[in-house]
Amino acid sequence: MAIIKVEIRTGAYYDSVILMQLQRSLAEQPGVTDAGVVMGTDANKDVLAQSGLLVPDAQAAGADDLVIVVKGESDSVVQAVIDKVDELIAARRSSGVDENYQPKSIETAAAMLPEAQWVLISVPGRYAAGVSRQALGLNKHVFLYSDNVSLEDEISLKTEAASKGLLVMGPDCGTAIVNGVGLGFANKVRRGPIGLVAASGTGLQQVAVRIHQMGGGLTHALGTGGRDLSEAVNAITARQGLDLMARDPDTKVIVLVSKPPSPKVADELVKAARSAGKPVVVNFIGYATASRRMDNIFFATTFDETAELAIRLIDSDEDFRNEPDISMFSPGQRYLRGLFSGGTLQYEALLILQHYFPSVYSNAPLDKKNKLEDSLVSVEHTVIDLGEDEFTVGRLHPMMDNDLRIRRLEKEALDPSVAVILLDVVLGYGAHPDPASELAPAIAHAIKIAKDAGRYLEVVAVVSGTDEDPQDMNAQIKLLTEAGAKVETSNDQAARYVSRLLLAIERSAKPPVEEKFKGVDLENFKKPMAGINVGLESFSESLSDQEAQVVHVDWKPVAGGNEKLAAILERMKQK
Amino acid sequence: MDIEKANAEATNRMMEARPVVIGMGKAIDVVPGMRDNLLMHAGPPITWERASGPMKGAITGALIYEGKAKNMDEAQKLVESGKIDLEPCHHHQSVGPMAGVTSANMSVYILENKTHGNMSYSNLNEGYGKVLRYGAYSEEVIERFGWMENVMAPVLGKAIELSGGIDIRAMVAEALHMGDEGHNRNKAGSVLFTKALAPYIVKATEDRDVASDIIKFMGDNALTILNPVMAACKGMVDVAQGIEGSTIVHIMARNGTDFGIRVSGLGDRWFTSPVGIPKGLYFPGFTEADSSGDIGDSTITESAGIGGFAMAAAPAIVTFVSGTPKDAINATMEMYEICFTEHKFFTIPSLDFRGTPTGIDLRKVVKLGITPRVNTGVAHKDPGVGQVGAGLVRPELSMFEEALVAFAEKYGI
Repeated sequence: MAIIKVEIRTGAYYDSVILMQLQRSLAEQPGVTDAGVVMGTDANKDVLAQSGLLVPDAQAAGADDLVIVVKGESDSVVQAVIDKVDELIAARRSSGVDENYQPKSIETAAAMLPEAQWVLISVPGRYAAGVSRQALGLNKHVFLYSDNVSLEDEISLKTEAASKGLLVMGPDCGTAIVNGVGLGFANKVRRGPIGLVAASGTGLQQVAVRIHQMGGGLTHALGTGGRDLSEAVNAITARQGLDLMARDPDTKVIVLVSKPPSPKVADELVKAARSAGKPVVVNFIGYATASRRMDNIFFATTFDETAELAIRLIDSDEDFRNEPDISMFSPGQRYLRGLFSGGTLQYEALLILQHYFPSVYSNAPLDKKNKLEDSLVSVEHTVIDLGEDEFTVGRLHPMMDNDLRIRRLEKEALDPSVAVILLDVVLGYGAHPDPASELAPAIAHAIKIAKDAGRYLEVVAVVSGTDEDPQDMNAQIKLLTEAGAKVETSNDQAARYVSRLLLAIERSAKPPVEEKFKGVDLENFKKPMAGINVGLESFSESLSDQEAQVVHVDWKPVAGGNEKLAAILERMKQK
Repeated sequence: MDIEKANAEATNRMMEARPVVIGMGKAIDVVPGMRDNLLMHAGPPITWERASGPMKGAITGALIYEGKAKNMDEAQKLVESGKIDLEPCHHHQSVGPMAGVTSANMSVYILENKTHGNMSYSNLNEGYGKVLRYGAYSEEVIERFGWMENVMAPVLGKAIELSGGIDIRAMVAEALHMGDEGHNRNKAGSVLFTKALAPYIVKATEDRDVASDIIKFMGDNALTILNPVMAACKGMVDVAQGIEGSTIVHIMARNGTDFGIRVSGLGDRWFTSPVGIPKGLYFPGFTEADSSGDIGDSTITESAGIGGFAMAAAPAIVTFVSGTPKDAINATMEMYEICFTEHKFFTIPSLDFRGTPTGIDLRKVVKLGITPRVNTGVAHKDPGVGQVGAGLVRPELSMFEEALVAFAEKYGI
């Protein structure tokens, strides 16, 4: 049975066109068979009567009364529809964008262009932090062109932004490219699979244009502001940018560029980049690295080389995600023991290892603080040069005499905290005539010791020789491999291999601390650029020229720059 | 304290108020606190010494009408001697356009807010040109005033009663869709008001000529509804007064010398700045040099969310400020920036029926340095001349800043 309900709103005048539209919306609701929305004039009541909607309640309405009559299949359906009236009326009143109106506040601009993801800020520095905070409060990313923003403000803005999944590019960020749209001073660069994160404005531009000139293109080029890689700011924005590029399926190669960074922050950023699962080209000016490559990280020293490397890596079919299998190790096994006979091989291994581990102990360390107290007793990660004088007094050099290494091998194998043993086997004239004949059984013995104790011991041997050497390198390799060693012929490769293995163990033992920031919402980030511009009008014009949506704010300082009043207004926000 | 909540309450009360014209009476009989020796006037408190030309003229006219003085000298003596008191209309639940001078034996519209029960009052509109409210007090002005009081008011009062009351909120909402903004343009509203009462005016008197004269006078006067609308706005904003913690500027009023505002959370304190000179169009023969300072309680319309704030609804009058319809829209857009909310019942067709900017937020005014936009008539600076134009004026920022500081002091911010 049909139910008819009436609601009378006294003194609410609406234009008849609005009412007809509302009536249609009501009639379209599921379960509604008919609806009438009219002002209660006699003529309108006649209309209601004709469609059988003029129930006694509606009859009582006067000319100034809004009469809402809904006929439907059940009481609850009809009531639910009547309850929706305000919502339907409100839906009609969405703020119409008025392109010619220049709003005076970011809030109004945001209401006019709700799809805006970005606020571009180029107001005088002393106001920039306040405007940025407003933008973050509205959940917008910030492109902060203004300079003279204090370090404290930069840190607090970036920290707030990161916790909300928003970026603050800057302060003093002159350029960026988002979704192919240039912000600030930006070149017109082809779109492509390279993602750029830069703490250097002209560095960003130079790499971007070289990539373009070489036929490549960019997904995005994010600026971080020149202080981002300082110890104080700790690369908050660069980390977010890196994370965004790593997650962005369109970005195949990531490029990180920075003015001279804090070495500590650079190290941490490189470490974070290792988990990107994509090749990352790093060009930190003045940042010394021992090698040109570390896993998925490629170091470049000039902008040109950076661009070249990035383009070359686009087509690389290497899998940059592979993590070594560490399932065979027992809990507690986590350290490396390196037993080198060659001093410079040991030195190179230390140089490579230092990028992975802060402390590697040795009788001949890179840094004095990592010198072993007793060269005969290993500590945590230890790499020893057995060719040092202390070991060779009264005996032959370990390249000729394996005795010392064989004993040390056994000793290390007995240590339950050891996971990997790395040693070198140097062939050639003058060296031991058949080192594998002695080392292979010792390696097999060491592996067995661990196995008997319920552990797995990885032994990596670097064989340095040629197939024409008197010892016959291939025969030596065969013996060592049969004994259970993993054999490498490159010291570099071997050192990297054990580093990655041990790093994987370290990570599994101590899962990395959750990143402190919330990831940027990629889906929203990749929507067509829409921005709110506060400050230099030319930035609005250039966005318009690039066919991005933009609303320019006719900005003035809060309370006309009156600090007392501005402070009161600020405090009122807490009330 | 929660400012947002307080402002939401203040503006909600303002919007939910539904003032209805229910009758007419002599001020002495109906207006609270009215007495024989009192003249109510527009704006914040004023003395004779500081009063502007039109204010002095209107005071003189009222005292002539009351039979207490014959000319301005006598009027001045009466007021300065303290025999006649001057008090703002706003202190008596009343409002008056321009000088707003209302005396004991003048008739007033009686409005009842059906939602909250409070009453509000305003005098009758005399039409354009030389009129008392603009400080004209010639014989012709006093004579017309006499007709209005003696002939029209009794019939109109009876007609209102016969009609069962006129809902002004509903009528304003309708008029906003017909090109009115409720302050400077009231053409549509005045016709609606006259149309609504005409059948009862005819019934309220035996004398067909009187009925005809009244209907013609009301219908010809495009400001007929201004006074009831102002009283309705007064009824709306009064229920927003004194909301603890609210930064809503619920009252703006000018006396020709001072522009005054009141803030909901600051009780009945006035904050004032010197009035400005309106920018606008002048009648033939007059220029800005002839203009009096800004005057009148009619800014109550802007305070309630119409008038200059609803400019987008009334593109026809942008010519007052030699603008384009686009400027009318931008005027309203700008007022959204300093208002707390959008009106539930007053909507603007050209903005896709968006509600008018409602509830001036003191915080936003000071923050953005944008003061409310006021549409206004312009009085001649000399007593006795009357209206010389119409235009736009903005109050000074300083009183808003002063009010903000007072707010911070009161609430320990």
